[in-house]
Amino acid sequence: MEHYNMNLTLKIWRQKNKNDKGGFQSFQVKDISSEMSFLEMLDVLNEQLIHEGQDPIAFDHDCREGICGMCSLYINGKPHGEWKGNTTCQLHMRAFKDGETITIEPWRASAFPVIKDLIVDRTSFDRIIQAGGYISVNTGNAVDGNSLPINKDRADASFAAAMCIGCGACVAACKNSSAMLFLSAKVAHLALLPQGEPERHSRVMNMVAQMDKEGFGACTNTGACEATCPKEISISNIARLNLEYLTASIVAEK
Amino acid sequence: MIDAKIPAGPLDDKWTEYKGHCKLVNPANKRKLEVIIIGTGLAGASAAASLGELGYKVKAFCFQDSPRRAHSIAAQGGINAAKNYQNDGDSVFRLFYDTIKGGDYRAREANVHRLSEVSSNIIDQCVAQGVPFAREYGGLLSNRSFGGTQVQRTFYAAGQTGQQLLIGAYQALERQVALGNVKMYNRHEMLDIVNIDGKTRGIIARDLVSGKLERHFGHAVLLCTGGYGNVFYLSTNAMGSNVTAIWKAHKKGAAFANPCFTQIHPTCIPVSGDHQSKLTLMSESLRNDGRIWVPQQKGETRKAIDIPEEERDYYLERRYPAFGNLVPRDVASRAAKERCDAGFGVGTSKQAVYLDFADAILRYGKIEVGKEGRENVSEEEIIVLGKEVVKEKYGNLFDMYEKITGENPYELPMRIYPAVHYTMGGLWVDYELQTTVKGLYCLGEANFSDHGANRLGASALMQGLADGYFVIPYTVGNYLADEIYSKAIPTDHPAFVEAEKAVADRIDTLMNIKGSQSVESLHKRLGKIMWDKCGMARNAEGLKQAIEEIKALKKEFWSDVKIPGIINEYNPELDKANRVADFIELGELMCVDALNRNESCGGHFREEYQTPEGEALRDDANYMYVAAWELKSEGNWELHKEPLNYDVIKPTQRNYK
Repeated sequence: MEHYNMNLTLKIWRQKNKNDKGGFQSFQVKDISSEMSFLEMLDVLNEQLIHEGQDPIAFDHDCREGICGMCSLYINGKPHGEWKGNTTCQLHMRAFKDGETITIEPWRASAFPVIKDLIVDRTSFDRIIQAGGYISVNTGNAVDGNSLPINKDRADASFAAAMCIGCGACVAACKNSSAMLFLSAKVAHLALLPQGEPERHSRVMNMVAQMDKEGFGACTNTGACEATCPKEISISNIARLNLEYLTASIVAEK
Repeated sequence: MIDAKIPAGPLDDKWTEYKGHCKLVNPANKRKLEVIIIGTGLAGASAAASLGELGYKVKAFCFQDSPRRAHSIAAQGGINAAKNYQNDGDSVFRLFYDTIKGGDYRAREANVHRLSEVSSNIIDQCVAQGVPFAREYGGLLSNRSFGGTQVQRTFYAAGQTGQQLLIGAYQALERQVALGNVKMYNRHEMLDIVNIDGKTRGIIARDLVSGKLERHFGHAVLLCTGGYGNVFYLSTNAMGSNVTAIWKAHKKGAAFANPCFTQIHPTCIPVSGDHQSKLTLMSESLRNDGRIWVPQQKGETRKAIDIPEEERDYYLERRYPAFGNLVPRDVASRAAKERCDAGFGVGTSKQAVYLDFADAILRYGKIEVGKEGRENVSEEEIIVLGKEVVKEKYGNLFDMYEKITGENPYELPMRIYPAVHYTMGGLWVDYELQTTVKGLYCLGEANFSDHGANRLGASALMQGLADGYFVIPYTVGNYLADEIYSKAIPTDHPAFVEAEKAVADRIDTLMNIKGSQSVESLHKRLGKIMWDKCGMARNAEGLKQAIEEIKALKKEFWSDVKIPGIINEYNPELDKANRVADFIELGELMCVDALNRNESCGGHFREEYQTPEGEALRDDANYMYVAAWELKSEGNWELHKEPLNYDVIKPTQRNYK
């Protein structure tokens, strides 16, 4: 792979804390290698800022291999940037050309308030899981793993939904800031397995109620979530969620 | 000081006997007992969930924005269990034996046997939680083989096993949060432990968002904070992975065991330049199908695909015919380094070897053609079919490789090189996972206990979950049963006040240095010293130099580090400075330990001690012990030796030929 160096202009959202109004600030970076990851490019900028005596840009990141779900940048109007099925940390600079201007913002959603610069608070996702995103089984209760055969296709579909990394890109991409793809992935993961059966109805009702309480918007089926999801979670999970919700509403005795 | 408290009796019965006789706490008392858990990876999340279920009052802390981000999530390959579902001769004993042998006879028999015993329960528990493991068409669980073993005992969920197991534990944890049994503290970092009358009674934590220090009381504290591979700057660890919690514990009396035992993983994507911030692993499972080779000719300039078969050196298959490409990690890593050092490396840096799937693609393609009963199929068509099979097995790993390198591994062999991955060393713990400080426990990668000098693939997930789900619920109960008379200590106790002040003073000192060098640049320099002199190969001369260099670096850090911003705000540079300051001190201890151990074993390879064929040469007569280091004063440690007694397994030279 041929590599090259580039000079870039970065337009980055700065916000001191959640009470600050915030605004864009521009920076120049030079000699960025096309082999760098996007976050390594920001590392270069931060080193530069520290040496100049300025505050470095705060951004969330941890594993830098696309699986922890911590990184969360809105790059040129797209969550996690241009590449399909990708997280910000796996975006590499060969996606950009010399002289380009790159705009970097945090996730924008009222349920994800900004903490500082590009960092947002996503604990609303944890609270949705607390509302029912689990199977109630205490340690030590389990029977032999092979005592309950599970159809491979269903197990694979369950796994495909369980791959969600909880990054929140679906919310950031949605014009309504809906968390339906995130929620549906969890509901589908558990509803597709026999272990999830006993709590099937209460789970979906409680998780949806919590989602509404957190201030996420409604789903209008535009599909921006699926298009942007770094793990390519299918929008068909939302159809499953709706079915689960409808069934649960009908059978609900409460 | 060092008493492993291994129960008496035959090895097979020890854990059963222990469980049958350990003290219990009645449910009404459990509600009054508080447990603090630091870290929410597999060990921490499973412990928090299990102890919450039992009724203890649990407080769990993580530095990330959610417990689900812990770095266990990045484990790719799988988790071992002695289920013997494949009928290929596996058993609790065989898993125990492989783990002890894989660790080059530097692990404790009793702990490893217990690990092997509970391994099956872990799979059952995870399945019950809804972990979507890979399955066969009959609906039963699928297995694959992993390096260093000859049976198929590894359970997996594509290349994302760690993620699925952690999500399982995280969900169990969040369920306890919802039930009010666990209180979760996100974006918090533990900065000290508080000991009162010889027992750990709490912690000082920093709220990373507000920068405020907090005091938390606990009848017991569990450190589940993972490994310290980031001491090398470049590793496969997450950017935030750090040694701080266990290092603070070490400074407050907990012995640190075998600090120099580091696992260098053979198959990682090579360094591409100075900007590199971390390294990415390519799962060991790739070695099931990929063949590792270098050109036979030094300084080869042709592309991989232009080098004919007879001019390639499949050096693992050549040196280790019995295990071939599936030798354990330490052996594979050293062999790669040996070839590159000898001038046979590939790629622009020449610090890489090929991991080639061309043969596997052809083999799988032919099988597909055979299934369809077709004849006269062109090689191109066979390759297309073979690629489909390889994609099904390793698709996500191939995609990751392509994103990082920009090269297509279906067409060109991958380039790989060893990288720091896991640390077998950690806080010394006894059979109950208690450190040398009463009331202070250490679980998972953060302790030293189960992997000896080298960890086998798919054993880290097993240990993290064994400790959290199945060991600590018994052993911490055995301690807390005597604590039912101890009321919660108010956090205005002088010990808390003093500890908080010490933490605040240190932060003030750091902020006021106002020097000229960034934390990152100093961390990079530490990493280089460690990698060059305490990395894949070590020698006495280099280690002595490294100790001096680290001491000098420490002085430089404390006189010239530059931290922007202020204390009472979200300040990632300050967080990093706190961690790097601890890494520097740890680096010195690692070199001291490596220098003390005049032998080669597992991942610890001292160049002075090798066989004529270049294999690790152990010295069982003098070094068959766990090195537990007690900090006496700054840069001054006392060595305590815990002898390792092998009652059941007879140590031999590890042989994978």
